Amino acid sequence: MSTCSVSKGCFVFKPTTKKKRLSEKTGHDFRIPGDDSEGTGLRFVTCQSLWNQVKSETQQIQEDLNKQLLENLVSFLSRSHSNFQEKTTEWTCRMKFREIPTAALVLGVNVTDHDLTFRGLSDVLQDNITPYVALLEAKDCPGTKNLMQKLMGQLMNCDIDVDSLEDEECVQVSRNKIRCSMSSLISWYESVKKKTDSETPSKKRNSSSRHWQSPPIVVIFKDMESFTTKVLQEFIVISSQHIHELPLVLIFGIATSPMIIHRLLPHSVSSLLCIELFQSLSCKEHLSTIIDKLCIVEHFYSQPLSVLCCQVEDIKKRAYSLSHDQCENIRRLPSFRRHVEKQESGKQVALLTNDSFLKEETVKLLEDLHVYHENYVSILRCLHVFTSSLPKYPLGKQIRELHCACLENRVWETEEYESSLQLARMLNKTDLVNMLQQCVEILMSSSGREFDKTAEKLKEFLTQFQNLEVAEASQDQDVSVSSQKELQKKTDLYHLQKTLLELKESRRPKKLTKFEMLRFEVVDYIDSLVRKYLVPAEDRTLHEIVYFNTANVLRGHLNAAPRTALHTALNNPHWYLKNQALKCDGGGISNKAPDICIVYKLHLECGRLINLVDWLEAFSTVVMAAEEPNADAASSDQVDDTIHARFIRAVSELELLGFIKPSKQKTDHVARLTWGGC
Amino acid sequence: MPNLEHPAYPAADLLRLESLVPCRESQVSMLLSIFGERQHFSFPSIFIYGHTSSGKTYVMQTLLTTLQLPHVFVNCVECFTSRLLLEEILIQLQNCSSGPEQTSPVHCDTLNDFVRLFKQAVVSQELQDQTIYIVLDRAEQLREMEANILPAFLRLQELTDRNVTVVLLSEIVWELFRPNVGCFEPFTMYFPDYSIGHLQKILSQNHPPEYSPDFYAAYINILLGVFYMVCRDLKELRHLAALNFAKYCEPVVRGEANERDTRKLWKNIEPHLKKAMQTVYLREISSSQWERLQHDSGEPGQLKGLSAHTHVELPYYSKFLLIAAYLASYNPVRTDKRFFLKHHGKIRKTNFMKKHEKTSNHLLGPKPFPLDRLLAILYSIVDNRVAPTANIFSQITSLVTLQLLSLVGQNDQLDGPRYKCTVSLDFIRAIAR
Repeated sequence: MSTCSVSKGCFVFKPTTKKKRLSEKTGHDFRIPGDDSEGTGLRFVTCQSLWNQVKSETQQIQEDLNKQLLENLVSFLSRSHSNFQEKTTEWTCRMKFREIPTAALVLGVNVTDHDLTFRGLSDVLQDNITPYVALLEAKDCPGTKNLMQKLMGQLMNCDIDVDSLEDEECVQVSRNKIRCSMSSLISWYESVKKKTDSETPSKKRNSSSRHWQSPPIVVIFKDMESFTTKVLQEFIVISSQHIHELPLVLIFGIATSPMIIHRLLPHSVSSLLCIELFQSLSCKEHLSTIIDKLCIVEHFYSQPLSVLCCQVEDIKKRAYSLSHDQCENIRRLPSFRRHVEKQESGKQVALLTNDSFLKEETVKLLEDLHVYHENYVSILRCLHVFTSSLPKYPLGKQIRELHCACLENRVWETEEYESSLQLARMLNKTDLVNMLQQCVEILMSSSGREFDKTAEKLKEFLTQFQNLEVAEASQDQDVSVSSQKELQKKTDLYHLQKTLLELKESRRPKKLTKFEMLRFEVVDYIDSLVRKYLVPAEDRTLHEIVYFNTANVLRGHLNAAPRTALHTALNNPHWYLKNQALKCDGGGISNKAPDICIVYKLHLECGRLINLVDWLEAFSTVVMAAEEPNADAASSDQVDDTIHARFIRAVSELELLGFIKPSKQKTDHVARLTWGGC
Repeated sequence: MPNLEHPAYPAADLLRLESLVPCRESQVSMLLSIFGERQHFSFPSIFIYGHTSSGKTYVMQTLLTTLQLPHVFVNCVECFTSRLLLEEILIQLQNCSSGPEQTSPVHCDTLNDFVRLFKQAVVSQELQDQTIYIVLDRAEQLREMEANILPAFLRLQELTDRNVTVVLLSEIVWELFRPNVGCFEPFTMYFPDYSIGHLQKILSQNHPPEYSPDFYAAYINILLGVFYMVCRDLKELRHLAALNFAKYCEPVVRGEANERDTRKLWKNIEPHLKKAMQTVYLREISSSQWERLQHDSGEPGQLKGLSAHTHVELPYYSKFLLIAAYLASYNPVRTDKRFFLKHHGKIRKTNFMKKHEKTSNHLLGPKPFPLDRLLAILYSIVDNRVAPTANIFSQITSLVTLQLLSLVGQNDQLDGPRYKCTVSLDFIRAIAR
């Protein structure tokens, strides 16, 4: 299974670019461990279809996420530009000083693909607004000079891209490169503008419909936080002086919070800007979908029986084509064994020996499983409607938290469920009615016929509530509601239970109101639904086929441990290199291993400070041991030059990897930076 | 009021100049007497300083253009290298008399070249018999350039042996300029701040054409009443005046009040201006947003300012890392045992400790801490076990790039890097919630 660790880490972040390679690779990988009897091809096809489905959904989510943001930005840019178009004849325009239109784009730390977003943004801008977009990064701009160079380089290049390549143009660019100041930028802009103006409309129709007469120059600062204050200030001051000649628009990419603008720029500078804020949405959803993808790959990879994980319609077909080995695999599943044990003895034998009988049974069980899953989802959503509005969220805010809780164990046995039911018993009427309505909607929309009755029952509750409204005397309700309100304030579990007990005792002699009785009924009904449908998947037979439960493996893939990997690679090169000769026994050091491995192993035996001379001695001993076992070479004091060179190279490689560093404490010694084996 | 008089310049020009530079007559007349007649040699270098928007640049520019003196006007922020600065001066000099025709590109790397090219330019432009003025705006930038630039400009007259005067404009005093080795002392001149009366006069001067000067003056009076306490920047005030004038005129436009109904107008505009002070002036919301709000007559409350978005979404461990970093930065090392160990033993309440604790650590600022301490605190504040995976370490570096932490000391220190936490208590509170 070690092949999968080579490709780990490249799944998550670049699904689009790596897709082709990945799918080829997975196809290949599937074939390695198993033989054809395990249906690798089929598994792979199924995996791919699911993968594609998930992928397209993910892309949809991402597009939706950015769409709103981009639209806002584009409209902002066009607006800022229209201001520039207006000639400053009006009095107010003359009196106001020109601010640089600036968009502060807050993207959030949790979004990993800022680069992607910015590239998308600049593409959109180039298509719709202006050909002149410059993307600046802090690491390229340590000084104002570098910033200007970078900016002008990008702007003039993009000009060449848009227009046809002319010799004159190239000359101009090279001349401009010598003097990178604002004035040359302005003259460049003037010349470009003139050219687009003078060009015949027929030739330029295509682009002039997209761009305006004098398109703005958009400068995007990718990582605002990392720019030095001085550079930013100077750039803003300079460009504000030329805003009349040069329609600049700035976009600040901010990862943390817009407060950073005030922190980086003093008032005298920020007063030159006209800042508008754009915030991107959270990407939690996006991330969770991507992780789902990984689960799928891993599942198909490690579970041979995943052939059966497909659409309901295909189950039958596939089940009957199972081979004997696969049937055996099914029999080995723990959940199936449990199932068998419950049956009577005749059937047990049949299940264990007769393949075709087993297949039929499997199909039946799988169909059950599908039905179960559908029911499960609907009821889960109903329960979520209830729990998500309770104070303190005992079962979690998000539906996925609830989902986890339900999958892991019997949810109705947990303390949290108990407390949330108690809280639910104290809901006020409007909320309760609201929730019931939502539940009815969910149940109606689910495909299963099973919920018709349930929905009807809930509707019945709803009508009862409405009747109550008519019938119930007002003063009676007032009392109960007020006491409920009081209860809801106390969210602490301990206090809550205490007050509940007190209330119970005080209320006992008093008759419950109709509303309260109805409420109990509703909650009990929901409880019964939960008990019936939200059985954890592990209790179902054949759950191994459809459900993925080795999250730990996945965690291993996601949380890379480079130090461990490095240690393994250096300590046991056989693990990665797959060379039989490198296989070493126990703690011995094989001299066939790469030099760096030998050096690494030797250094593990040393203390905090390592004597280089001793180290070299040991190294040469190990290396010589194989090459010249005869005594006279080993006895010679002088170490061979090539060995010396090899040693030095290996040591410097170790230094590069961060295992050692030169020490000033002792001559001819290096210090270890690691404490020992990881 | 001292009328500007000078025998060398036509009276009409002087009169126009006077109308253009209100409240700066004394400075202008002083400058004129220093400049002397066109062909006179003037003082080699003049240093003019004063606060932001006290009219230094404006006065210099109007003076030189109105009297049509040959001059070069350069902003030193814009010319961020000495080479750019020198070339810019030469280019402007070439355009000085012969108009903006296409000039051949100049290459000037050193001051030596500059002096040579400058002499050539003066000859070619036939400016030998006039004083050439080189104005260097925001001259404090000169101190960042090569050490010879500033002294050379101060005695440019001597170096080039031409009739040239260098005028330096800056917001800081000459004492902060003076190089250690000594140099030619320029003639220093101070532009005092505008008083409230001056501001009133200058702001009222350019009123919109649709309304009478008195009406606008009354408006400026109200505006100054609100803003003078916080802002004396002429530019800013003028900007604010233009932004809010439409609102002031509203009752007049609707016909609810006439132009002289000052009290009514005041009642209408005053809360509006106060709101503007809290939002637009601080650049919490931008001018264009403010105008749109006015246009739709919406409440500014619905538009959140920049500072309202303080919430920062961080990954799970980053939050803990940041909290741990904050604790490490502001707590002394010796209290770690007390705070983060389960069995920390008895707490000794010595007098010394109490005394020490009194000086708030928040006033002293964050202290650097080693990586190991950060991780140790992290392990103790996170409930479940944290493995020191690449995940954690990469989050530390990303916190550094976000400038929430800062790396102290050299970058190449592999073992034991030291960090500082740069975020405020409020920020940490928001995160810890």
